Amino acid sequence: MKDKLIYFLELTGFTWFIPLIRLSAGESPKHQMQELGKMVGVPLFAIAVFLFLWHLGAAKVITSLGQVPGPTQVWEQVNVLVDEHYEARDREQAFYERQEQRNAAKLEKNPDAEVTIRPYTGKETFFDQILTSLFTVFIGFLIATLIAVPVGIVAGLSDTLYSALNPLIQVFKPVSPLAWLPIVTMVVSALYVTDNPMFEKSFITSALTVTLCSLWPTLINTAVGVSSIDKDLINVARVLRLNYFTTVWKVVIPASIPMIFTGLRISLGIGWMVLIAAEMLAQNPGLGKFVWDEFQNGSSSSLSRIMVAVLTIGIIGFILDRITLSFQKFFSYDKNAVIR
Amino acid sequence: MRKQLSITRRKLVKSLAAASLVFSTGMMSVTSAYAAPGEIEKPELKFGFIKLTDMAPLAIAYEKFFFEDEGLYVTLEAQANWKVLLDGVIDGTLDGAHMLAGQPLGATIGFGTKADIITAFSMDLNGNGITVSNEIWDQMKPNVPMGEDGKPVHPISAEALKPVVESYKAEGKPFNMGMVFPVSTHNYELRYWLAAGGIHPGFYAPHKGDTSGQLQADALLSVTPPPQMPSTMEAGTIYGYCVGEPWNQQAVFKGIGVPVITDYEIWKNNPEKVFGVSKAWAEENPNTHIAVVKALIRAAHWLDENSNANRPEAVEILSQSRYVGADYEVIANSMTGTFEYEKGDKRAVPDFNVFFRYNATYPYYSDAVWYLTQMRRWGQIAEPKPDSWYMDIAKKVYRPDIYALAAKELIEEGKLPASAFPDFETETGFKPTQTEFIDGIAYDGTQPNAYLEQFPIGLKGEEIVE
Repeated sequence: MKDKLIYFLELTGFTWFIPLIRLSAGESPKHQMQELGKMVGVPLFAIAVFLFLWHLGAAKVITSLGQVPGPTQVWEQVNVLVDEHYEARDREQAFYERQEQRNAAKLEKNPDAEVTIRPYTGKETFFDQILTSLFTVFIGFLIATLIAVPVGIVAGLSDTLYSALNPLIQVFKPVSPLAWLPIVTMVVSALYVTDNPMFEKSFITSALTVTLCSLWPTLINTAVGVSSIDKDLINVARVLRLNYFTTVWKVVIPASIPMIFTGLRISLGIGWMVLIAAEMLAQNPGLGKFVWDEFQNGSSSSLSRIMVAVLTIGIIGFILDRITLSFQKFFSYDKNAVIR
Repeated sequence: MRKQLSITRRKLVKSLAAASLVFSTGMMSVTSAYAAPGEIEKPELKFGFIKLTDMAPLAIAYEKFFFEDEGLYVTLEAQANWKVLLDGVIDGTLDGAHMLAGQPLGATIGFGTKADIITAFSMDLNGNGITVSNEIWDQMKPNVPMGEDGKPVHPISAEALKPVVESYKAEGKPFNMGMVFPVSTHNYELRYWLAAGGIHPGFYAPHKGDTSGQLQADALLSVTPPPQMPSTMEAGTIYGYCVGEPWNQQAVFKGIGVPVITDYEIWKNNPEKVFGVSKAWAEENPNTHIAVVKALIRAAHWLDENSNANRPEAVEILSQSRYVGADYEVIANSMTGTFEYEKGDKRAVPDFNVFFRYNATYPYYSDAVWYLTQMRRWGQIAEPKPDSWYMDIAKKVYRPDIYALAAKELIEEGKLPASAFPDFETETGFKPTQTEFIDGIAYDGTQPNAYLEQFPIGLKGEEIVE
């Protein structure tokens, strides 16, 4: 039971709970306290020192938008954003109530009248924007993975294809998302023309930009991973006369999972970074747009709010990385390998 | 007008009876356009705006539920810059937008992206200012006449800036200034002010492919989005700019610049922003368009009601981060009738922003013609055009007929009195000759070419930029 719990915690990355569990089971307390100190105490201390230095340093720098925000101002704005979120929800409720009243009045006059409830027209709150960003990066990353992994596998298995694709990959890899954006915007505007679009153009533009920038690490890592699997494994597949798809599915993929997942982790990290830039320019209603709007506002609380967004982006990036890490640990066949 | 209506109704009833089986759906939409408020074709709308205080009618129409009263469910979305906003209206992402008065005209004549944009509602008068950086102001100040109270005499002419520009030119440094868009009111007002002081702001030569607007210029004008103006000036990329509020007061607030003149002093009660929609949209959704104009008229009226009594509340709304977002104090100045020039030099400018008074919401043809003349003056209209061309374009783009329909519905519903509007029977759409310009040149909207002849700097007659 204890071991299963420890295994689960290791898998999900909550490793600092492990000493606590061992402590409660009575295993060598001194050793566990040391572990706890190392795993939890040291990082917490480092964070505290950072906050203190930030607090001191921020007070010294005065910009035209006021003093650079320190931890206190940023925390204030977090509270303000939460309040604004609830205010917006109240407004949304009032909006629907007004509609109900109007519809009721309409029905009173004419019981056969058609009444509809229209969706709320207000601006999304900070937390809505976080969800939009996550959804956009997820879609972009998914498309990138669906393209990169199959192509990477085939490229890894065939030397000719790899030498054919390599120059293209190397040329397109360093291109910044901001350079792709105008092209993607034009193409999407030209091709995505429907009367009742399911997705906003800005959403498609941002997701495609994420795809274009984040598919290269997965592609390269998959190709390298596949080409470097033990030749013996391929020989075994040949001896057994397995067809191409069975070879790939049963032999190649399981052997190259570590490299594929490394690629996925890097891609997700890059995708999340690219998304913020893409959103700023494409105006997809996510965190990037939040930062851009705050910059445009130029109010005295703008810098603090941008800092809140920066920290949120960082924390979410960290969480996304951890989740991919957990998946990697779960799918990996070599449980003893140290994966960070 | 009444006679015409009843004849049309009789005709329609006749044709309805004759062709009702086959044409019933089509005819219905025609009848509803001339009868009482018709069915709203498109209740869910998205409008774009730029973060400037004069987007107020849109914000107020939303917050005070004027849109909802008309059965409209409007989402307001801030746009990144004027080009994105215009593209949004053209490609249909936005149903309509807060636009510069020159944008529908520029788009229709094909300067920039070509598209048919019309407007039936003028959003406000005045509201801009020209700000220069602290260094430039220090160099200008000795040239500005001082009053008895030790403060500069207003309006400050660009003649005070001329020696500064000459000295920069002598040193070989380009004198850069910013405005918000090639067909923006700010561009024309800045050019007007500079030219009135003897500084050449540059020509456009679209027929030669040169749309920089900097040919033969003493001062080089370039485009910067409004919210980025203060930071661009702080960075030293530009020495001054012409922009709408709150970006002039923002510069004073942050201590990075000094507003030297407001556009109220360049041309008293000049038209500023309009509410623009694409012509195709207006034709597909005539009743919706009228409903939108009705809500906006009510919002504009609310903003100027009781001698601007509602302005503080309006500022509270505008300072929300989803609208303009700047600090309350920065927006409050101009919206409540004061304007701070140099730090500490606050003067009363009660008509700095006018939303409804002086028939501010009526789309006058003479306003359209003025912008067209300035486009010709600086070469955006490369070839000489006859007076009739100006009239045709103005009548195509500015639609007081739609405004009149909306106003009449409001009068019938008792929401606003008939006295709040011009007399629609006699209104020609041309204001009488206006003389309150900083250089005193008189403007008669019916004589555009004669008007252009009066300027020392600028294209006139048959001139073309070589």
